[in-house]
Amino acid sequence: MTGLAILIPIALGMGGLGLLAFFWAMRSGQFDDLDGSANRILIDEDDQE
Amino acid sequence: MNAAAISGFSDPIALSDHSFTVPSIRCAGCIGKIERGLPLVDGIAEARVNFSARRVAVRHDPSIDEAGIVQALQALGFEAQPAPQNPMTAEDQESRSLLRALAVAAFGMMNIMLLSVSIWSGAEGITRELFHWLSAMIAVPVIAYSGRPFFVSALLALRHRRTNMDVPISIGILLATGLSLYETITGGALAYFDGAVMLLFFLLAGRSLDAAMREKARSGIASLLSRMGRGASVLAADGTTRWLRTEDLRPGMTMLVPAGEAFAADGEITEGISSIDNSMLTGESRPQPAGVGDMVHAGAANLFSPIKVAITAASRDTAIAEIARLMDEAGQSRSRYVRIADRASRLYAPAVHSLAVLALVGWMLAGAGWHQSLTVAIAVLIITCPCALGLAVPAAQVVAANTLLKRGLLVKDGSALERLAEADIALFDKTGTLTLGEARPVDLQGLDHDARAIALALAQASRHPLSRGLAAALRHSGTVPAALADMVEISGQGVSAKFGTKLVALRRSRDDGSLPSAQLTINEQAFGINFDDPLRPDVHATLAALSGMGMPSRIISGDRVRVAALVGGQLGVPAQGEMGPEQKLALLEQLKADGRRPLMIGDGLNDGPALAAAHVSIAPGTASDVSQQAADAVFVGENLMPVASAILVARRTRRVVRQNFGFAIIYNFLAVPLALAGLVTPLIAAIAMSCSSLIVIANSLRLIRAAQ
Repeated sequence: MTGLAILIPIALGMGGLGLLAFFWAMRSGQFDDLDGSANRILIDEDDQE
Repeated sequence: MNAAAISGFSDPIALSDHSFTVPSIRCAGCIGKIERGLPLVDGIAEARVNFSARRVAVRHDPSIDEAGIVQALQALGFEAQPAPQNPMTAEDQESRSLLRALAVAAFGMMNIMLLSVSIWSGAEGITRELFHWLSAMIAVPVIAYSGRPFFVSALLALRHRRTNMDVPISIGILLATGLSLYETITGGALAYFDGAVMLLFFLLAGRSLDAAMREKARSGIASLLSRMGRGASVLAADGTTRWLRTEDLRPGMTMLVPAGEAFAADGEITEGISSIDNSMLTGESRPQPAGVGDMVHAGAANLFSPIKVAITAASRDTAIAEIARLMDEAGQSRSRYVRIADRASRLYAPAVHSLAVLALVGWMLAGAGWHQSLTVAIAVLIITCPCALGLAVPAAQVVAANTLLKRGLLVKDGSALERLAEADIALFDKTGTLTLGEARPVDLQGLDHDARAIALALAQASRHPLSRGLAAALRHSGTVPAALADMVEISGQGVSAKFGTKLVALRRSRDDGSLPSAQLTINEQAFGINFDDPLRPDVHATLAALSGMGMPSRIISGDRVRVAALVGGQLGVPAQGEMGPEQKLALLEQLKADGRRPLMIGDGLNDGPALAAAHVSIAPGTASDVSQQAADAVFVGENLMPVASAILVARRTRRVVRQNFGFAIIYNFLAVPLALAGLVTPLIAAIAMSCSSLIVIANSLRLIRAAQ
């Protein structure tokens, strides 16, 4: 039972962290331009001054 | 990656943000070019491209204005227009709140499942009770938050004494939660929190997909809408000009209309000679010569030279206001369409609910207690709760809409797909729909290799419609532009430049016949280039594909009867000419009264009422804004084939949706006896629900290849 008292809050806390991370990502515009993000990996950064 | 560009601006407070629509962003190269090129312009601090919306957000200081940024973008090779400042629409909000609800439901589902697995593995006594309490503490807030989209919609439907898919969903979820709470409080063995939250998760997934699909289509169409005719440069008494929006124009003002722009108001020409393109307004394909004293109408376009127009009627009094009124009336009928999911729920909800009541009464009569009878009744509701049914429609429609998007067709919503599948006759407008709606050169054979290269270089430099058509045709034939020096464009006259030592020019020739023409001169040598509005390249194939699917086609055109009949004869379909907006509308109403379900394809303002009245409608991406907004779908590019693909995919989607429904019903036939017998435990409910959802999704994914 003592094991559960530690493990359950940890499990819930990690789930909650994931949820917060998702909300943060949505608010900061990570999902605004999905096609653009897919294309951006193709831009070379080397030739910038 | 733009951080470096910001340095050098001492006062960041003075910077302002503007966004611009740039429809020609097509690849990663364009993103790089704009994001690196713009900050090199004086006054621009930062540029960020949104690829999905085809927009560029620019941060700049007051030394450069919107027009300057448009010019800078043009110098980089991109046509751009200032975008309206509307940060968030209601639909954006809706899809965001759905996504948030989905995330919360996912969180709840995972944690409750974790606890439930322990219970199913045999947790007993105090542990089970603890886990039930923990589940309740997670589930109740999660259901209260994530269930809102369904509860709100169900309440709204009930208040109007109707029922929709959300009513059985809400009742199922609320009863399951209530029973589970009761079980938890009394220390019982069965709690269905996992089932209730899982149901919410799958249903929200379907809803979010549906919202994402509509948003994608909307932003795609928004990037096509032009600013054409949304305002005009007005000449003040002191000779200065300023830009006024359409609604601010008043009779008596004088507007300056450059070549290639649409009129924002009705008026009389006071200076200049030009040709007027009425094709958007009437469907007439031949430009009309116009001079001082001639009337022009809002919605028509000025083709050749800049003219001054004294406004006689603005905004609500213009000729197109009448078209807008017709459209409003015509659009009423479409809102009466009932979507397939709601039609299904009208049969489904009463069946399931009476079954649950029967179970309750049956077990009571058989001598079971209140509690046991109620448990069985709720188990029936949970197991039949339309998890698969809720996904059956959106899953298939989202896959289909994405498939069509790759083919160049933007479908506005799922109901459009359902109505496309039902269409049984296609009505085409001619100008701009069957034809390209742009002047294209008809006789380039006379030009040699050098002449073509020079013509392309000259044509590229001008925004004149003839130049644009010439450039498009030459680029299509693989011509590479020649390097020219000293390029000069005289508005309304033409472009001239130097090619080595030779003097070259592209001018418009005198208007003499029905076809517009231009003249290319290289030193003393002159080449005439005639223009016409050609049929789209795959018109024949598209009409053949449609008739192969059992859909006859007809042409209804506002153009002269002779021209309409000529095109009709070429394509082998019946054609009617000289149809005004009212006649088109009347024909559609007639067809609908005869029990047909017409698909209307048109682009002009004069097609607007017909597009709104048709059972379903499609507009090309070059159509007037009004038509694009009235249509259910928009196709981009020069090909007409997306229209036939739309019908094909829509019909396959309907088949898949029906299969999904069929599967959900079979599943219920198998599951309901178990539930009625009182054998459904939370474990069985959870397994059955996820399996049925996954099968429905897998079946819908088959539509990825539907357009082939």
